[in-house]
Amino acid sequence: MADSYDVIVVGGGPGGYVCAIRCAQLGMKTAVVERDRMGGICLNWGCIPTKALLRSSEIWHLLHRLGEYGFSGENFKFDAAKIVARSRAVSKQLSDGVSFLMKKHKITVIPGEAKLAGRGKLTVTKDGKTSDVTAKNIVLATGARARTLPGLEPDGKLIWTYREAMVPDSFPKSLLVVGSGAIGIEFASFYRTLGAEVTVVEVLDRVLPVEDEEISAFAAKAFTKQGMKLKTGTTVTKLDKGANSVTCTLQDKAGKTEQVTVERVILAMGIVGNVENIGLEAAGIKVEKTHVVAGKYGETGVEGVWAIGDLVGAPWLAHKAMHEGVIVAEKIAGVKGVHPLNTSNVPGCTYCWPQVASVGLTEAAAKATGKKIKVGKFPFIGNGKAIALGEPEGLIKTVFDAATGELLGAHMIGAEVTELIQGYVIAKSGELTDQELGHTIFPHPTLSEMMHEAVLAADGGAMHI
Amino acid sequence: MATNILMPALSPTMEEGKLAKWLVKEGDTVKSGTVLAEIETDKATMEFEAVDEGKIGKILVAEGSEGVKVNAPIAVLLEEGESADAAPAATPDIAGAMKDIKAAVKAEAAAPAPAPKAAAAPAAAAPKADGARIFASPLARRIAEQKGLDLSGINGSGPRGRIVKSDVENAKPGAARPAAAAAPAAAGGIPGVAPLPDARLLYPAGSYEETPHDSMRKAIAKRLTSAKTLIPHYYLTVDCNLDALMAVREKMNAAAPKGKDKVPAYKLSVNDFIMKASAMALMKHPDVNASWTDTAILRHKDADVGVAVALDFGLITPIIFKAQTKGLVEISNEVKTLAALAKEKKLKPNQYEGGGFSVSNLGMYGIKSFTSIINPPQSCIIAVGAGEERAVVRNGKVEISTVMTVTMSADHRVVDGGTGAKFLATLKQFIEEPASMLL
Repeated sequence: MADSYDVIVVGGGPGGYVCAIRCAQLGMKTAVVERDRMGGICLNWGCIPTKALLRSSEIWHLLHRLGEYGFSGENFKFDAAKIVARSRAVSKQLSDGVSFLMKKHKITVIPGEAKLAGRGKLTVTKDGKTSDVTAKNIVLATGARARTLPGLEPDGKLIWTYREAMVPDSFPKSLLVVGSGAIGIEFASFYRTLGAEVTVVEVLDRVLPVEDEEISAFAAKAFTKQGMKLKTGTTVTKLDKGANSVTCTLQDKAGKTEQVTVERVILAMGIVGNVENIGLEAAGIKVEKTHVVAGKYGETGVEGVWAIGDLVGAPWLAHKAMHEGVIVAEKIAGVKGVHPLNTSNVPGCTYCWPQVASVGLTEAAAKATGKKIKVGKFPFIGNGKAIALGEPEGLIKTVFDAATGELLGAHMIGAEVTELIQGYVIAKSGELTDQELGHTIFPHPTLSEMMHEAVLAADGGAMHI
Repeated sequence: MATNILMPALSPTMEEGKLAKWLVKEGDTVKSGTVLAEIETDKATMEFEAVDEGKIGKILVAEGSEGVKVNAPIAVLLEEGESADAAPAATPDIAGAMKDIKAAVKAEAAAPAPAPKAAAAPAAAAPKADGARIFASPLARRIAEQKGLDLSGINGSGPRGRIVKSDVENAKPGAARPAAAAAPAAAGGIPGVAPLPDARLLYPAGSYEETPHDSMRKAIAKRLTSAKTLIPHYYLTVDCNLDALMAVREKMNAAAPKGKDKVPAYKLSVNDFIMKASAMALMKHPDVNASWTDTAILRHKDADVGVAVALDFGLITPIIFKAQTKGLVEISNEVKTLAALAKEKKLKPNQYEGGGFSVSNLGMYGIKSFTSIINPPQSCIIAVGAGEERAVVRNGKVEISTVMTVTMSADHRVVDGGTGAKFLATLKQFIEEPASMLL
C-alpha cells in the first residue's frame, strides 16, 4: 500500500520546507518530495551562495581601501576557485541544516520528482522507478527557473544563467549582463568589484526598475562611478558565439545598434514557473504565463491541492514563499485568524554595492493612487555611524499618506540597508503611523537613526540635515 | 515532542471554567477519545477527551480548581519514551491550541451543546462595552477618528482580533455590532461585568427571523439599559381604594356637555385622575420632583408629568407640562392629543424630553401590579395596575371595594425611602379622596 500522509509538499525550497515544518508543528504527518538538494534554489543556487560570493567581493573592495582606515598592504590576490568553494561550502552547510530540520520535525523526505495522479495521490519518480504516495493535502512548491528568450539561450559555457555564473572555472575579464533586476545587478556588482569589465543591458529605462526612481538613479550613478557600463532602454538582438567570447548586438530605443564583445554573458531576464510535468493540466489546475493561478490562501481550485512560492505569483522572493508556506499549513490545519499575504508588506533586497532595500509603494506609485502623500528623505552623509564606517553614500526615503500618516513605502540605498528595512516592515505590518515612528527612540550611533530622520523629514522635522 | 494539554473552550462564550475532576493520573497512557477530565462551565459539565495518544506526564492544574482560563495549560502530554522533564514551558502553544479546538466534547448536562460553528467565531466578536481595552492598530485608530467611527462597534480581523486598517475602511459611521447597539455605550460599560454574547451564536441559522433595529428600538435599548444599570432603583407598593374616585368620575363624565353630534366634550379616565393626583403630590413633595446630576440635585419648580404610551412599534413617554396648573379635562384632552401624535410618530422632542415624574399604566390589560424602569432624567415612576374589585377588611368586616395597586420605582440617589413613602402616602390620599386635591 502507498505511504499516506496528512500533507505532502512537492519541492524542498524555502517555501516548501517551511510549509512542511509548520505542518509538522501543527501535528500533521508530513512529507516533502525533492528532486535535488533540500533548500531549493535559494539555499543551493540563489540567495545564500550569492551572499557568500558578494561577501568575498566586499572584502576585496575593502582591501583596496585599507589606507583609509590606517592600514597598509599591497599585492593582494584572490583565488577564484577558493571564493567559489567557500560559496559552495556555505550552501552545503545550510542544505544539510535543512535536512536536519526535516529529521527533527519527523518530516519524511522523498527523493524524486512528483506528479499529481488523481485525488490525494502523487506518483514519485526516482532513477526511472516510480512509487505512489497519498495525502489529504498536497502543497505544490516547485519554484521557478531562469527565463530564456529565442536567441537568448544559455549554453552553460559562454552564455550563463545564475547557475553557471555562481560556479565559474575562472572569472571572466569582460561580461555582459542581460537584465538589471536583483539577480543581474548582484552578479554585475560581484564581477565588477573583482575587476571584470561589466556591461548591463536593461530593456526598461532604468536599472533596478522595480525600485523607486530616485533610488534607481542613485544606484545608476554609483554603478557608473564604479566603472559599470549601463545600457538602459536597450535590448540584445543577437548573440554570436566565438571560441572564448560572445559578440552581442545591442539595439537602443531609437533603433541604433552597436556590438559589444565579451568573454561571458549572464542572462537574468526574470524567471518562469516550474509548471511542467507535475500533472497540473490533468488535475484541472489553471496556469497563466507559466505560473499557477492560486487564491489568496494558496488554493488551486482543486480540493486538497495548494500552491505557493515562485510557482504562484510575484514577488518572486524566498521570504514571500516561506510566508505563503506558513499560511497554507495553518489553513490546512484549520488555525483561526489566518491572514492572506499582503504584498505591499513584502520587503525586497538587492545585495549589490551599495545595497538596495525597499518595502511598499514607490513615490510614483503612491502618487498614482490619487492620495495626497508626503515624502521624507535623509542622506547617509548626515549620519554619524555612516561617516565612522566610511560609508557616507546612501539615502533613505519614506512615503506617507499625508492624511492618515500611513507608511505607504520606504526605500533605501547604502551600506547595510538590507538589514535595516525590517524596521519599516514591522511598522507597516503593525500599521504604525508617522507619529509612532516619530516617537520611537532609535539607538545612537547607528545607521538606523537615518530611518527615524527620514520619518521626521516627511514633516520637515529632520534633526541632522 | 511533549505538548501541553490546554483548557478547552466548550462553548462559544466560555472564558474560564472549573476543572471538576481528573479521570486520568500522571503516568497514564491515553489515546484519542480517552476522557481526560470533567470540565464544568456556568452552564454544564462536559467530558474533555484526548485527541492525541501519549502519556500524561504531569498534571498542572489540580482537580477542583475554579476559574481556569481557556487555553491555559492543564497537563503535559508526553510522546512515547519521553520523560516528564521534557515538558514544554507552561505557555500555550498554537499546536496545543489546535488540538483543543478539534477536541470532541460531549455535553452531559441538560444544557444543549452549542453549534460547532460558533466555536470558530473569533474571540474578538465579544463586545467591548465592558470597558475592556480595544486592540486597534495606530493607523486604524487614526482613520476611525477621521471618519468619526466608534472602535467599540467594530470587529477586528487582525491578529487576536486587533482592529486594522481594512476593518475601519469598510465600516460605516454608526455601523455597530448588534450587541454593541444594546450596550450602555453612553456610560462606557461597567468594568468587571462580562458583556452578553451575540444571541445568534446560540441558535441555529434559519431558526429565527431577524428584524434589524429601528431607531426607536435602539433608543429604548440604550436608554433603558443605562437607566436600569446605572440608577439604584428601589420599589414601594401601595394599594389605593378607588370607590370614591370611580363615583366622582362617573358623575363628572355624566355631566359632560354634549355637542351637536351628541359627543361629550370630555371623558375622564382613571389615569387622568392619577396624572392630576401625581402633579399635586409632586408639588407637596418637591424632593421627589427632582433630577440627579453628578454635582447637584435639581428640584423642579413645575410638575411635568410623563405618561407612557404603548405603540405597536415601541413606547414613548410624552409629558404634560405644568400639570399642577391644569384641570382634569385639560389633562385628559392633552394626553389624548399626545398619544395620537405618538402613534403617528409626530411627537417633537420638546414634547417628550425632560419631565419630573412618569406614570405607566397597564391596568387596561388586567395587570395587577408591576415595576417600571425609571425614565431619566426623572427620579421616580409609578407603575399602575388594574382597578379591580377586591375583598377588603374594614373595621373587622370584609367588604368589597375597587382597589388598584401602585408601585413606585425611585432613584435612591435622589429620593430616600422615607421621602418616597411620604410622597406615595400623599398620592394615595389624593387618589382615594379626589376632593382633597382641592385643599
